[in-house]
Amino acid sequence: MNIDNIKKQFPIFNNKVHNNDLVYLDSANSSQKPQVVVDRIYDFYTKEFSNVGRSVHYLAVAATNLYENTRSMMQKYINAKDPNEIVFTKGATEAINLVANTFGQKFLEEGDEILLTELEHHSNYVPWHYLRKLKGIKINFAEINNDGEITIESIEKSITPKTKMIAITHLSNVTGAILPIKEITSLAHSKNIPILIDGCQGAPHLKLDMQDIDCDFYAISCHKMYGPTGLGILYAKKKWLEALPPYQGGGGMIRDVKKEGISFGDLPNKYEAGTMATAQVIAFGESIKFLNQIGIENIEKHESELTKYGEEVLRKNNSVKLIGNPKNKGSVLSFTLDGIHAHDIATILDEDGVAIRAGHHCCQILHDKLGLTATARASLGVYNTKEDLDKLNESINNCKKIFDR
Amino acid sequence: MNLKELYQEIILDHGKNPRNLKKTENFNKDARGHNPLCGDKVHIFLKIDENKNISDISFEGSGCAISMASASLMTDLMKEKKENEVKELVDDFLKMIKDSPEMKSKIISDDEKTKLMSLSGVKQYPMRVKCATLAWHTLTSAMSNSQEETNTEKFD
Repeated sequence: MNIDNIKKQFPIFNNKVHNNDLVYLDSANSSQKPQVVVDRIYDFYTKEFSNVGRSVHYLAVAATNLYENTRSMMQKYINAKDPNEIVFTKGATEAINLVANTFGQKFLEEGDEILLTELEHHSNYVPWHYLRKLKGIKINFAEINNDGEITIESIEKSITPKTKMIAITHLSNVTGAILPIKEITSLAHSKNIPILIDGCQGAPHLKLDMQDIDCDFYAISCHKMYGPTGLGILYAKKKWLEALPPYQGGGGMIRDVKKEGISFGDLPNKYEAGTMATAQVIAFGESIKFLNQIGIENIEKHESELTKYGEEVLRKNNSVKLIGNPKNKGSVLSFTLDGIHAHDIATILDEDGVAIRAGHHCCQILHDKLGLTATARASLGVYNTKEDLDKLNESINNCKKIFDR
Repeated sequence: MNLKELYQEIILDHGKNPRNLKKTENFNKDARGHNPLCGDKVHIFLKIDENKNISDISFEGSGCAISMASASLMTDLMKEKKENEVKELVDDFLKMIKDSPEMKSKIISDDEKTKLMSLSGVKQYPMRVKCATLAWHTLTSAMSNSQEETNTEKFD
């Protein structure tokens, strides 16, 4: 795998930031886009544009085929049983809201419990929170251990006879912990509890096999997978998509509309009301091709080696404190620096062209638990190199120099 | 503008060793400020006397060097100021942070102005402007609120 060649496919790296080469270490937030994805959006709008699934003219048929082609590609990419188990949404956030809303409506009653973990991103907490008031449900949080991991024991301990849904992250966007989701799914199912995996950080970096994991729901953010913004995917087992009510009402999702009542369309239309993010869906097909060309196993290997290298480099730097020490770790390096706030670090690093994120990374529950208000986070993508991590370390030292004046 | 100008000595000094970082005894007004983007938090305590002068001011909180330095410099400045002077200074400061090249108020000395102007560097860093203004906005709400109102933390 030649990273130089891969990096060349990303036009963003032709630009300078504050007269420096860009060292992009914010892929957990959003990944950069390869030229093929950018081109696909342009080509679709300039040569092939039409709305999908409605008209019968030439362009409409061609666009519909392209749109549905991405659905089939995604089905294969995550080894779902049926293309209709792939629902396009405006993001992973909407995917989780869809499940919380429809599952809550149909299956939850006062006193029922949802089990989350302390690692959850706000997008896998806030949608469930609405059900507290609406339905009088309770939310429990499985606790992390000292290494910032969630173990199967921690989940098991937190399940009660009232637990009606387990919703957990695949890979923590702060500690990098990769959760044993297959084992947790099997535990959940042994107690007849459905499980939702927030796969925002898992999908861009790890090989996925829905039939092997056997989870009920898996939420994906396409813009973190070298794809366009405004697009997410909800994988859901067909039995759930058939059992749950529609999420939003509108055009495209109905079968028959009368003054007396409405009947809803079949899958996948039932959950895709209104004109969807057509260009993004079609361009996301190119992201899947891009990932397939490199091979997700190769990406996993590259990022895992880089993460180990990054940990080594930062551990040698006495003023850096890494957050979390999970045994099975994704490509996220969160850290603090003695006496320097994360936002000051991010501003100083930015001047060197090093783009990181600072703050609570939408994980306030976790930061409260860790007793921190903010951390700095470097996160990796397929285009990163060891040199990027050396540059990060150099820039951190520069930060110390400025503050030690 | 470069980083050394943003993180100049006075900001680092006040950022690392903030003045008035405590809770005023017998305070009679206070307000909490929170910058959700950064997680910066500030809690301002005021003791206002019968003549509507600030007889004591302090703050508690955590945040970046810019937000801590700003709260530190502000609390130093506001001691013994009258209610109307506070308003004038807050407006003048916010204008300077936003677009005005300097502070115009006649209430404070040139030396004090120079100190506050050290924060003007955030103009170049739009995401950091809120760090510099948080304490000042919180002071405004502390002046207008009674203790009972602002101490209630609300959860939806």
